[in-house]
Amino acid sequence: MIAYTLRRLLQAVPTLVLVITLSFFLMRLAPGGPFDLERPLPPAAMENLRRVYGLDQPLPVQFARYLGALATGDLGPSFSFRDLSVADLFARGLPVSMTLGSLALALALAVGIGLGTLAATRQGGAADRLVGLLAALALSVPSFVVAPLLQIAFGLSLRWLPLSGWEGGAPSHLVLPVITLALPQIGAIARLTRTSMAEALRAQHVRTLRAMGLPPLAVARHALRGALLPVVAILGPLAAAMLTGSVVVETIFGLPGIGRYFVDGALNRDYTLVMGTVVLVAVLVLLFNLAGDLLSALLDPRLRLGA
Amino acid sequence: MSALASPDGPRRVVPHRVPPWRLALGRLARNRGAVAALAVLAAVALACLVGPFLTGHAPERAYPDLRQLAPGLAAEPGPERLGPALERLAFRMRARVEAYAVAEGRLRLTLRADRPIEARSLVYLPRSDLFGEATVIERAEAGHRLVVEAPVRRLRFPLGTDVHGRDLLSRSLVAGRVSLLIGLVATAVALLAGVAYGAVSGFLGGRVDAVMMRLVDILYALPFVFFVMVLVVFFRASLALILIAIGAVEWLDMARIVRAETQALRRRDFVRAAEALGLSTLAILRRHIVPNTLGPVTVAATLLVPRVILLESFLSFLGLGVQEPQTSWGVLIADGARAIESAPAMLAAPAAFLVATLMALNILGDGLADALDPRGR
Repeated sequence: MIAYTLRRLLQAVPTLVLVITLSFFLMRLAPGGPFDLERPLPPAAMENLRRVYGLDQPLPVQFARYLGALATGDLGPSFSFRDLSVADLFARGLPVSMTLGSLALALALAVGIGLGTLAATRQGGAADRLVGLLAALALSVPSFVVAPLLQIAFGLSLRWLPLSGWEGGAPSHLVLPVITLALPQIGAIARLTRTSMAEALRAQHVRTLRAMGLPPLAVARHALRGALLPVVAILGPLAAAMLTGSVVVETIFGLPGIGRYFVDGALNRDYTLVMGTVVLVAVLVLLFNLAGDLLSALLDPRLRLGA
Repeated sequence: MSALASPDGPRRVVPHRVPPWRLALGRLARNRGAVAALAVLAAVALACLVGPFLTGHAPERAYPDLRQLAPGLAAEPGPERLGPALERLAFRMRARVEAYAVAEGRLRLTLRADRPIEARSLVYLPRSDLFGEATVIERAEAGHRLVVEAPVRRLRFPLGTDVHGRDLLSRSLVAGRVSLLIGLVATAVALLAGVAYGAVSGFLGGRVDAVMMRLVDILYALPFVFFVMVLVVFFRASLALILIAIGAVEWLDMARIVRAETQALRRRDFVRAAEALGLSTLAILRRHIVPNTLGPVTVAATLLVPRVILLESFLSFLGLGVQEPQTSWGVLIADGARAIESAPAMLAAPAAFLVATLMALNILGDGLADALDPRGR
């Protein structure tokens, strides 16, 4: 298991190098720069800025420097947030995004698995069809439509919850963003769980349990262990979807997370900030993929990590 | 299906039977949800194609006096809007409204001013979008008092107007063209790339396959949406770039599906026979492998279209995608989200179009999957 984990981490290195190389050169080959303001800077000042940030060096030198700094964990200074390094920005934004993401993931898993199980145990019934419809709806209504609707309903009309803002992570400020972020994943997880649960309920050991007279709930609990495998397997893509979704959710609800920093950074051509975010997201996705595979192996002895 | 015909023509007598695709089509036709989805899609596509010619408004035509109208079937300008609009127009003509009345679609307006009213200032009336050409009926008190008549225009905005007074129905339909176009073209790009890559990888097998799939694995782990965003922001978003970027992202799934199918087909007798007959690799791929992967590929492509449309509107919502004066559902939804307090219809109209299309495509994709593989359910 440990050897497997190490090997997987090692295999992630080429992926990361590819991510870094691609995004570095893509950004630098594009026209425009971080210091293009509405009113152009005097040439001398521009020259100075470029020298301070090392942008006057040839591209390969800059790339080598960036890689060298990255190897020591230095993500560089931010170009658009003066006096702050990218690491500083992440130190502020990451807790916000992590809180949001983990709560949404927990909610999506709980509700999605619950609904999927319900639908699978009542196949063809009204509950099944209702869950199917809701899941399709959750998958088809984009978060940037859900968010304004929730804001109108609970923020403006009912005045139960604040419209936007973070306020240090006050629970009332978290409710709407977490729901918005979780909703499409609830749909995806519910559908996946329904399919795999329906299959698990047909398995022989589950039939035996039912024949032995176990109550339906206990039977479902046994079937669930096998049915959860596909859900665990999509943990990586799920995390990626959460990270993507958080860009929209953080923008709409005005949350100071890394998704917002990414959009602002991209619009301001903040090379280091965008690079840092892309690297961070890639690392997170890789870790979640690994976590999904390890969990699958724990749940299913057939997938023991020998090879 | 052409795939079932052998390359050298039918020599042996094949017992008559219904081809599998006909069976699948029959199963699809019995799926009420899928048929309804197909109808919705056809309706949306048709409306987007011909609708903008029928609404009576050019999508970019702005009516400054008719901003943020609520949806409705009443003709504009309605009686409650005439008074204020006339006050504004009279102010521009340096006159006051003394009286006005509307009868049989014609406005009779009496203006009064401290100085003689110039006849040419009457052009303000037709310019306002609300009235037609004005004619002077009566000139009294040396031009200080003027009675004019002008036809009142009757404009209809079934879905209301946006912050600039543009017809939302026309805009939603034109935006739909862009969204659907991106959905179809980007899917086609992904389809071609994915099918070619997957078929070659699966058919050749061995070391080539291992290298090709390792590349897909590496690409799979990339945070692609972030990549697309970098691409689109740093190289000015254009329609072509968005198409390529999205297509380039989404071909991976297709490649995996086609590879798996190809590997299974590779061991089948008819492929081995084709090989034994000395057909070239390319010919086998084209005649025997690719046509037989079309079932799962159709399902994947149908489910890919909504994902692509969603990705495009996601980018456009953030202001990174389609740019003015072009518009897409994502752009309109972003506008609507900004004006949600004053004009909820601005969000509702494009969102309804988008959600209906996405849902129909998802349901149709599921229906196709069931129809092509009845064991699945």
